[in-house]
Amino acid sequence: MAVTVSIPTILRTHTGGEKTVPAAGDTLAQVIDDLEANHGGLKARLVKDGVLHRFVNVYVNDEDVRFAGGLEAKVADGDNVTILPAVAGGAR
Amino acid sequence: MLTIRRDLVDAMVAHARRDHPDEACGVIAGPDGSDRPERFIPMLNAARSPTFYEFDSADLLRLYREMDANDEVPVVIYHSHTATEAYPSRTDAKIAAEPYAHYVLVSTRDPHEHELRSFRIVEGVITEEPVEVVESYRFAHTGPDDVPEL
Repeated sequence: MAVTVSIPTILRTHTGGEKTVPAAGDTLAQVIDDLEANHGGLKARLVKDGVLHRFVNVYVNDEDVRFAGGLEAKVADGDNVTILPAVAGGAR
Repeated sequence: MLTIRRDLVDAMVAHARRDHPDEACGVIAGPDGSDRPERFIPMLNAARSPTFYEFDSADLLRLYREMDANDEVPVVIYHSHTATEAYPSRTDAKIAAEPYAHYVLVSTRDPHEHELRSFRIVEGVITEEPVEVVESYRFAHTGPDDVPEL
């Protein structure tokens, strides 16, 4: 399955400045492995110890994958995968 | 240096006061490449906490899609500290992921006098910068491409 992945500013160093890149896979995990094969270093920015980083949000189309199986979330041909770092922080 | 209009500063402070003692947060978007904050977008603190803030994930997606469609970037990302100084915490520095944004902190710990400071946060490294408050961008020293329109 071919999908389009939107890359946030901070990770574009891995994609030669590209805002969107194509990738393939049936699940988010496979898409991320495919991204890693073409844009080395991306996976470590997204996944830690087999789960998505707490402060990285990934969406398949409009849905946050946290509510759709995380890395096992299904993707379909033509889907848009959007990666956005959380905007968060605080005095704590 | 952050050059910012006074009404936008006032809007951030008012938002921070309104949500006190919880942390307030938001973005001021501006045209890509301009480094000029223009569109004030207060965000909901999904954490509703006096010590933590986080944009709701659906709101975050909507915000970035909207900015993309308008050719905007988050020129300012602001939040308040309600019991501590206006300086990024270790958590702030660790999570910050917009290397070109001005991170503005507003402290509301004093009920009368607010504190407002601006920082760059790149790969966890915090660098404070001066803040120039202007009435209008027309005559502000924001760079060679900012020629006053006659």
